[in-house]
Order: sequence, then C-alpha cells, then structure tokens
Amino acid sequence: MFLNRIKKELPLHLIILPGLALVVLFSYLPMAGIVIAFQDFVPAKGLFGAQKWVGGENFAYVTNMPGFYTILRNTIYIAFGKMLIGLLVPIAFAIMINEVKGKAFKRSVQTIIYLPHFLSWVILSGILIDILSPSSGIVNSIIKAFGFQPIYFLGDNSTFPLTMIFSDVWKEFGFGTVIYLATISTIDPQIYEASSIDGAGKWRQIWHVTLPGMRMIIVLVALLSLGNILNAGFDQIFNLYGPAVYESGDVIDTFVYRLGLLDAQFGPATAVGLLKSVVSTLFIGGAYYAAYRFANYRVF
Amino acid sequence: MKANRIKENRTFAIAIHLILVTTSLLCLFPLVHVLAVSFSSGSAVAAGKVTAWPVDFTLTAYRYALERVEFWRSLVVTLERIGIGWGVSMVMTILIAYPLSKDSNEFRYRTFYVWIFFFTTLFSGGLIPFYMVIRNLHMLDTIWALVLPAAVPVFNILILLNFFRQLPREVSESAQMDGASHMTILWKVYVPMSTAALATLTLFVLVTHWNSWFDGLILMNKPEHYPLQSYLQTVVLQKDISLLVKNTSDLNELAKMSDRTLKSSQIFLGALPIMITYPFLQKYFVKGIVLGSVKG
Repeated sequence: MFLNRIKKELPLHLIILPGLALVVLFSYLPMAGIVIAFQDFVPAKGLFGAQKWVGGENFAYVTNMPGFYTILRNTIYIAFGKMLIGLLVPIAFAIMINEVKGKAFKRSVQTIIYLPHFLSWVILSGILIDILSPSSGIVNSIIKAFGFQPIYFLGDNSTFPLTMIFSDVWKEFGFGTVIYLATISTIDPQIYEASSIDGAGKWRQIWHVTLPGMRMIIVLVALLSLGNILNAGFDQIFNLYGPAVYESGDVIDTFVYRLGLLDAQFGPATAVGLLKSVVSTLFIGGAYYAAYRFANYRVF
Repeated sequence: MKANRIKENRTFAIAIHLILVTTSLLCLFPLVHVLAVSFSSGSAVAAGKVTAWPVDFTLTAYRYALERVEFWRSLVVTLERIGIGWGVSMVMTILIAYPLSKDSNEFRYRTFYVWIFFFTTLFSGGLIPFYMVIRNLHMLDTIWALVLPAAVPVFNILILLNFFRQLPREVSESAQMDGASHMTILWKVYVPMSTAALATLTLFVLVTHWNSWFDGLILMNKPEHYPLQSYLQTVVLQKDISLLVKNTSDLNELAKMSDRTLKSSQIFLGALPIMITYPFLQKYFVKGIVLGSVKG
C-alpha cells in the first residue's frame, strides 16, 4: 500500500526535482551561509570551510558602531513613511478614478499613472537627479522663478528622506490603484442607485458605500505591507544617496552593501543582514497570520 | 434639495477631473522633460531653455551614446539573460506549479513542497551569503549568475498553480484514464489551456530581467559582462562625462551636447523597450494582479 503510493506519486516528485534543486542552491544554501555572521570569515577558505568562529563578536561589533541606531532609525522612518502614504494615496485615487464617467479619460489617466511602475530605479533615479538638481534642474528653476531659495532635495539631510518617500509614492501609487479598482468594480451598482434615491450625494456614497466595500482589501494591503518595515527601498536609495546624506538616508541594506562588499567586512555585514532577516520574517509571518485570521486571506 | 445635490455632484466631478489631470501631468512631465533634454543642444539645456519640447533639435547625444561599443555589448548581455532567463524560469514555473496544483490526496507531499518554496519568500540569507554562494559555485562573471537565482519565481508559481486548480478536472481525468503520463497531461492539456496566464507571467519575467541591475553590478567583476541596466547605472549615476571622452575630436562634439543631454539620451534608451511594449504590459500586468488576488 505504502510502496504503491510512493510509486504512483514518484513522477510528481521527479517533476518538481529540478526546481527544488534550484531553490536549495540559491535560497537554502545562502540561508546556511548565515554562519558567516558568527565567523571571522576569510573567503579564500571557502563558504563552509575551516573558518575561525567568533561567537557573537560580530553582533557586538556592529551594534556598537556609532551610526548603527541612526541607520535603524532612518530605515524605519523611510519605510514607515512609504507604507503609510503609499497606502492612502492609491485608495484616494482609486475612488476618484471610479467616479469618472468618461471611459477614454479614465483609461488615459490610468495609462499615464501606471507608467513609472514599469521603469527601473536606475532610469527613474537618472530622471530625478536631472530634474531635482539645485543648479540646473527644472523643479528648482520653477521654485526660483517664484522667488524662493532652491531646495537640495537629494543633498540635504532635512529633505532627503521625504524625497525618498514621495518619489516612491510617485512610482507606485498609480499601479497601486489596480487592486482597489478591481474591488470597487465588484460592489453591486444597485446599492449606489438605492442610496442615490435615498438622497445621498457623492460624498455620502463614497463614505457609506464605496469605502465599506473596500474595507477588507484595505485591511489586507495594510497588513501585508507591514512585512516591509525594514525595507526602505534599496534600489531607490542606493541610486540617489551620497555621503552628504548618510546621516538621514543610510539604511540597513545600503549599510550592509558598503560594509560587506566594499569594505570586505563579511562577518559584521552578514550579522546586520541576519538581524534584518529575522525581524522581517517575524513581521511578514505575523502579517500573513493576521491576514489569515482577520481577512481570511490565504497565499496558497 | 435636489438642485443642491446635482450642484454638489457637479462640483465634485469637476474637482476630480482637475485633480486627475494635474496628477497625470505631474507623472508624465519628468519623463517628457528628460526626453526633450535628450534631443536638445547642450547650450540650450545649459541656458535652461528646455521644458517640455526640444530646443535646437539634435541627435548628437543619441549618436554618441549609440556609437559606444559598451552600450551594444551590455544590450547583448541583457538580451541573453532575457532569452535564457525567460526559457528557464517559465519551464521551472510550469514544472513546479503542476504537482503543487494537485490535491493532497493525489500528491501527499504537496503542502510540504509548497512550504519549501514559499519559505524562500519569508526568509533569506541576505546579501553576503548569497554573494559567497555564487562565488563558490564559480558563477561570478557568467550569465548563469543572472539567470539561475531568478529561475524559480515563487509568486509567479503561486499564480500559475491557482490557475491550474481552476481548470476543469474532467479533462485531465479523462486523459489519465487513457493512460497519459503526468508530463503528457501537463504539456498537452494544462499548458495549452493556460496560454493567457503564461503570457502574463512571461511579461512579468521579461520586465524583471530587463530592469534588473544590482545583480549585474555585484556579480559581474568585469564591466564587459554588465547587462544594460547595470551599464546605465554606472554611466548615468556614477561617472562624469570625462570618462566617456577618448580623444580631442570628441571634445568638439561635446560642445553640441552636454553631460545632461548624453545622460538623458541613455536614460531614454534604457526605458525605450518598456515604452514600446507598454500598452501590452499594462493590460497583462493588471490581469496578473487580479489573477493573483483571486484564489482557486
């Protein structure tokens, strides 16, 4: 009976085998590689070679670095700002787009605001650096034309984090409306008609019909975004920051990159990465669990 | 009362249209401005004359960017990674999604395997161990470093397995009755019935590979192995124009363009394939989002 079953299911195991080998190689081997965090790692001795073990020394070293808590604060500040504003803006725009009657107008707006989502941060950073330049950028030309001082969007610690948050919202808000528009389209039109007959204006309809219809999906998106609490957005920040704004813009991922791949401090960099991975996993796991409990959401 | 409401609704509609038009222009303007800069002369750009339309129209910056062998070499690397990467990851996605779409009584280890794949999206070893693995596998400076780590896109697999689960069971059951093997059922029955989902996933993979730059930057030691976006990252965001100038005759050319026009032209070249295919991309990506959020 048991053997029979194994024999019957064997082809399915074989079909999955190549894919399994790939995740073992490129996901599970790196997970085992976190042992580097507890070693005085010398690459020449090999990944799982005879390295010198140092216990928690790397962790003590990085947490005692002068900038460590600044980096942690920067990461959470930028990530949380993106989560919050990145949650609210698409909701507002989905509601507005839904109220538009003209099909062609609606489609044009959607087509335009989805576009930045498809471009890489290399492209978008090139554009932002050009338009935000304090000396020659068009944004500051406009600001100066109104008689104000130019703003060093990418070079000043007081503006850099906000520039990260809002340029990220600019890239993603349009495409973020997709999921809400799909949800709104499932609301029964009869409810709108009934509320209209009862004398509800647009505002009341949005408040009493549209928003309640979106409640579940808003909770779900908010919960799932919690997993990004330590993801400030490496691709964006790496391409836009510089030493002048390390104080406000250096985040965990950029710090790990410089410490590990530029300064070759593999042990300490892996230790920071491990701390981040553990915290992120707790948040993502918690978010999925909460989404399952409160919104009955299942990934598979 | 009723007149009030009609008035309220009208003001509301006008306000919404105004906001949407303004936002759309704000979204589009940075792209249009950089495009205009790329087609303008260096002096016009330096004088701040360019806003949304080219001034002193010239193709010098494009000619200069397109004459560089590095550009074409990195484009070839990108096309290579897209071709191989698409093939490998689509085959993997199809092969993994099929067994995982079975019920637990048909495939007892289904849940176990799903967790193995899903767990990789929850936890990762981080940048340094990943780099060391690639290094120890002697894949640095090879195309495989850009292709194989991305070959098992778990969220695409989840989308496809949910799609497979919605297919009518009778078809695969009757094929099974006729003695068809799993591989036959998968390639002759499931895949032909899933072309819409597979087209969507194809576009996901193509855009991801086109846009990837960081893996090229860290896993390729030699710049001649950079894919296009990594190359653009180094020329547009890191270096100044002096590194692009090889001899003095180039300097005369430089008078007609500037660092900004050259960078802008390269930015636009890097975005061009996305722009051209954008009408398709948009449609299929929206479909993919909706597909992914509907559970089978």
